[in-house]
Amino acid sequence: MRVAVIRFPASNCDLDAVNALREVKGLQPELVWHEDESLSGFDAVVLPGGFSFGDYLRAGAIAARSPAIARVRKMAEEGLPVLGICNGFQILVEAGLLPGALLRNSGLKFVCKWTNVTVENSETPFTRSAGRGQVLRMPIAHGEGRYYLPEAQLRTLESEHRVVFRYSDEFGNAVESANPTGTASNIAGISNKRGNVVGLMPHPERAADAVLSPQGSTDGRLVFTSLLGGGA
Amino acid sequence: MMSLESLHLGLTPAEVNRVRDTLGRELNEIEWSIIDAEWSEHSSYKSSKASLRLFPTKGKRVVLGPGYDAGVVDVGGDYVVTLHIESHNHPSAVDPYGGASTGIGGVLRDILSMGTKPIALVDILRFGRIERSSRSRWLFRNVVRGIADYGNCVGVPTVAGDIEFDESFERNCLVDVACVGLGRKGALILGEAKNPGDILVLVGGSTGRDGIRGATFASRNLSKTADDERSSVQVPDPFMKKLLIDALLEAAATGLIRGMKDLGGGGLSTALSEVASSGGTGVDVELDRVRRREADMPPAEIMVSESQERMLLMLDPKNSEPIIEVLRKYDVPYSVIGRVTDDGTLTIRWNGKVVASLPAEFVVKAPLIPWPSREPSPPRHAKKASAQRHDLGRAIISLLASPNITSKRWAYQQYDHEVGVRTVLKPGQHDAALLRLPNGSALAVKGDGNSAQCALDPYNGAAGCVAESCRNVVAVGGEPIAIVDHLQFGDPSDPEVYWSFRRSVQGMADYCTALKLPVVGGKVSFYNEDSASKKAIKPSPIALVVGLVKDEKHILPMGFSGEGDAVIAVGETKNEMGGSEYARLTGSLDAGSAPKVDAASDAVLYRTILKLIRGRHVSAVHDCSRGGLAVALAEMCVAGGLGARVDLRKIPSSCRRLDEVAFSESHGRFLLASKDPKAALRILRDAKLPCAVIGKVAGKSLILDSGTKRISELDVVALQKSFEESLPRLMD
Repeated sequence: MRVAVIRFPASNCDLDAVNALREVKGLQPELVWHEDESLSGFDAVVLPGGFSFGDYLRAGAIAARSPAIARVRKMAEEGLPVLGICNGFQILVEAGLLPGALLRNSGLKFVCKWTNVTVENSETPFTRSAGRGQVLRMPIAHGEGRYYLPEAQLRTLESEHRVVFRYSDEFGNAVESANPTGTASNIAGISNKRGNVVGLMPHPERAADAVLSPQGSTDGRLVFTSLLGGGA
Repeated sequence: MMSLESLHLGLTPAEVNRVRDTLGRELNEIEWSIIDAEWSEHSSYKSSKASLRLFPTKGKRVVLGPGYDAGVVDVGGDYVVTLHIESHNHPSAVDPYGGASTGIGGVLRDILSMGTKPIALVDILRFGRIERSSRSRWLFRNVVRGIADYGNCVGVPTVAGDIEFDESFERNCLVDVACVGLGRKGALILGEAKNPGDILVLVGGSTGRDGIRGATFASRNLSKTADDERSSVQVPDPFMKKLLIDALLEAAATGLIRGMKDLGGGGLSTALSEVASSGGTGVDVELDRVRRREADMPPAEIMVSESQERMLLMLDPKNSEPIIEVLRKYDVPYSVIGRVTDDGTLTIRWNGKVVASLPAEFVVKAPLIPWPSREPSPPRHAKKASAQRHDLGRAIISLLASPNITSKRWAYQQYDHEVGVRTVLKPGQHDAALLRLPNGSALAVKGDGNSAQCALDPYNGAAGCVAESCRNVVAVGGEPIAIVDHLQFGDPSDPEVYWSFRRSVQGMADYCTALKLPVVGGKVSFYNEDSASKKAIKPSPIALVVGLVKDEKHILPMGFSGEGDAVIAVGETKNEMGGSEYARLTGSLDAGSAPKVDAASDAVLYRTILKLIRGRHVSAVHDCSRGGLAVALAEMCVAGGLGARVDLRKIPSSCRRLDEVAFSESHGRFLLASKDPKAALRILRDAKLPCAVIGKVAGKSLILDSGTKRISELDVVALQKSFEESLPRLMD
C-alpha cells in the first residue's frame, strides 16, 4: 500500500511519520513535496505535524490553500484514507475537510506531554486495529489544539460517532483532569462523515517505538497498522 | 577627517593606534566598522584566548576541536556529532523573547554550517530571584516562550537544560543555548574559502537594520538605558530558519558546497574576513548585491548588520546550478555577492568603487589584552556560616519547592522535546537527556553550572560544573566523551573579575585533563554587569558534557522501582556547605567553603558506576548535587513513587552535624538502589570507593533516622506536591 506523506515548507514531523509507516510491513511511505504535481497511484495520504508556512496567519491556514490540498480533497472525495496529525489536523480543519476549529490551548502555552487517548470509534481506516474503548499512550506537542465546534454541531458530531479519539485517564474515563488543553468534550481527534478523513492532535508516529515511550508501549503503531485492514 | 567618536566604536585608543600604525594610513568609516566588529570581545576572544590554551583539546574521538563553528566528535560507524554553545545574554536582558529566539537561531546556524543536522537543543538559563522580582519573572516567562516558539517551529527538540536563580542575575540574565548536530564524518563542510575563483553566495534572510553592531553591544557593560538598545537585538524568523535548514541539508547532500559559514556576531564583516583568513585567500565583494530590507542602508551598516537567518556559501561557479535549484525549490532567497581571490585582501565594492580594502589576516587577529588579575582579599570563602540548626524534614520540603531544585516542568513542557523521534530520556525523567543515534548507540547530554559555588571558589566551582555534568551523564549510563564550555563573567578590566575567570579556566582545564575529557569548543561572554548597579554577575562557567551509551539495555531509572531494594550511598560526604542550596535557604550563601573536586578519584568513580549499570547490579541511579543527599533521596522517591527508610549515620561521611550530612553538596557522590547489594558493594570496595548500604526502598514515605532516633518522616505525595507545584504557582 503506497502512502504519501506530504511535506510543506516547515513541516517537521514528515520524516518521523515516514519512519513509523515504514516500520509497518505492507506500507510503502513516500515523501511528497507540496508542489509536486500528482498524488495519483497513492492509496492513502498523511499530512504530518509541524509548522507549515511557519503557522503564519493561523496554524494550517496557508497550507490549506495550497495546490497539494486540492489533490488531497480529491482523494478524500474518492473515499481514500486521509490522516492529519497535529498541524495536519489543523490543515484539514482549515481546508474544510473536517469541521470546527483548533484554538489556542486554554493555558495559552505550548504543551508537550504524554497523554492517554481513548479510541471512541474503531471503524475508521486509522483505528480498525484498535478496539473501541482501547486506551492508547501518545504524546501531544502543540500550542493550538483546543477543538471547538458550536454546541449543536458538537452534538451531531457525537451522535454520528465522529469523535474518534478522546483524552482520558488510564482507564478510559474522559475526566476533566485528563484534558491537557481545554479542548471541547476532551476531543483529541475526529473524522468526516464518511469516516475516511481523520485528524488528531496526538502524535502516533512518536509512540510507535517502545524505546521512545516512557512506559515502553507502541500504541501509536495501531493507527498505521489499521490502514491494512482489521486485526493488529 | 571624520571623527571617530561619531561612529560609536568599541575599539580602545590603543587598538585604534595599532590599526593606524600597522596599515600606515587612516581608515574610512566602513573599514573602521569592519575592524570594530571583528575586534569586539564577542568575535575576537582578545581577553580570553591566552587562558583558553590551557584546555585539553585532543582525544581519540576528536575530529575537530575549538576554532571551528562547532566541535566535531566521532561517535562510531562513520557518524559524528557536532557541538556548539552560544549565549544571548545582553539581547535577552532587553528583549527576552527576541533575544532568546535569535540565540537559538544563532547556534543552529553553527551546527548547520558544518553540514550537520541539528538534532537537539539544550538551554542553560540564569535569572534573578523570581519569588521576589516581577522583572525576573517577566524575563523568565518570555525567554522560555522565545525558546519554545523558535525551537518548536524549526523542529529541533529541546531536550535538557539547567535553570538557576540568583540575585546577581537580576539585571543580567544569562541565556545559553547549546545545539547537538549529527552528520557523516566524510561529509563535513568547513567555513573556509579555499578556492580562488569560487563564488560567494549569500543565502537566506535579507539584511536589515536589526542587530546593528550587536557584537559591540555584547562586548560592553549594559548601560542604564539598555532598554533603548532593542535595535541591537535581531528579529527572529523561525520559518525562514526551517527552510534554510531543510534546503541547506539537501544542498549539502550533493557534496557540491565547498565551504559554508554562518553570519552571526559581526555579520558580513566577521564571516567574510574569517572565511578568507582560514582559507588563506581573499574575497572581493560587491556589497550592493546584498539583498536589503531597507533601501537606504549605507555600506558600513550592511557590513555589520546581524540580521538573522543568513548563510554564506562558497561554490564552484561551474557546479553551482544543483545548489541553486535546491534553494529555488524551498523559496530560499540568495544572491551571488562576490568571489574568492588569492590576494589575501578583504575587498568591498559599492557601486563598482572599492570602499574598503583590508588584509584579512590582520582583521581576524585582534591584539590580545593581558588584563591584570588579583585575588579578592580577604578570600570570598573566609566568612563563617551560621551555626543555627533547622528542622531537617521541613528543610527537605522547602528545598524541593525552592526554584533552583524544584521541577522545571513549567518550562520544559513548553518545548517540543519529542520531535525527530530520538529522545529516549526526556526532560525531567533522569539526570541527563538521552538521544538515540543511527549507529545503534545513544548520546547522553546535559549542561550544568553553579554560580554560588564559583563565587566562593572559582577553581573548584568551575571544575565542579564539569564534575556535575559528568555525573549526570554517567547516571544515565553514558561514558563522557567530550565537553563544550561557556565562560560568563563581568567586566574583565576589573582585576578580581579577571582573576575569577583565570581560576575558573584553570579549574576546568585541570579537571578535564585528569579525566582525559577533550574540550571541543566553547564560548566566552564578558561584560555581564550593568552600570546602574555596578555589579557583576557571579562567575558563571557552564559545562556541557556528552557521553556515549553503547546499549539501550544499559539505561536504568532514576527513581526507586523495587520495594525492598537496598539503598547505597557512594562517595564521601564532607562538611562543604559553602554555596549549597541549604546555605541559600538558611541565609548564609556567601559563607563557608565550596565543595572541592578530586579528579583522580572521580575517574575511578565514573568507571565503577558505569560497570555497575552495565552489569545490571543496580536498579536505580541518581547523582547527588543541588540540595545534597537528602534532596537526592527525595527526588528518587518522587520519580519512582516509592518511599525509603534511611539511617543518616550509615552514610560515609566526615561531617559532625546531621544537616551537613543531609545537605552538603560534596562532589563525587551517587545514590544507588540494588536488589543485590552484596555484589554492588564488592565492586565498589574493589575500586576503593567509600560506600555503604544506608537503608532500603519501602512504603510510601521517606523516613530518615539517626541510629534509633527518628529524624523525619515525609509522605511521598507531600514530596511530589512540593517538587511539582512551586513553579506553576510562581509563574501562572
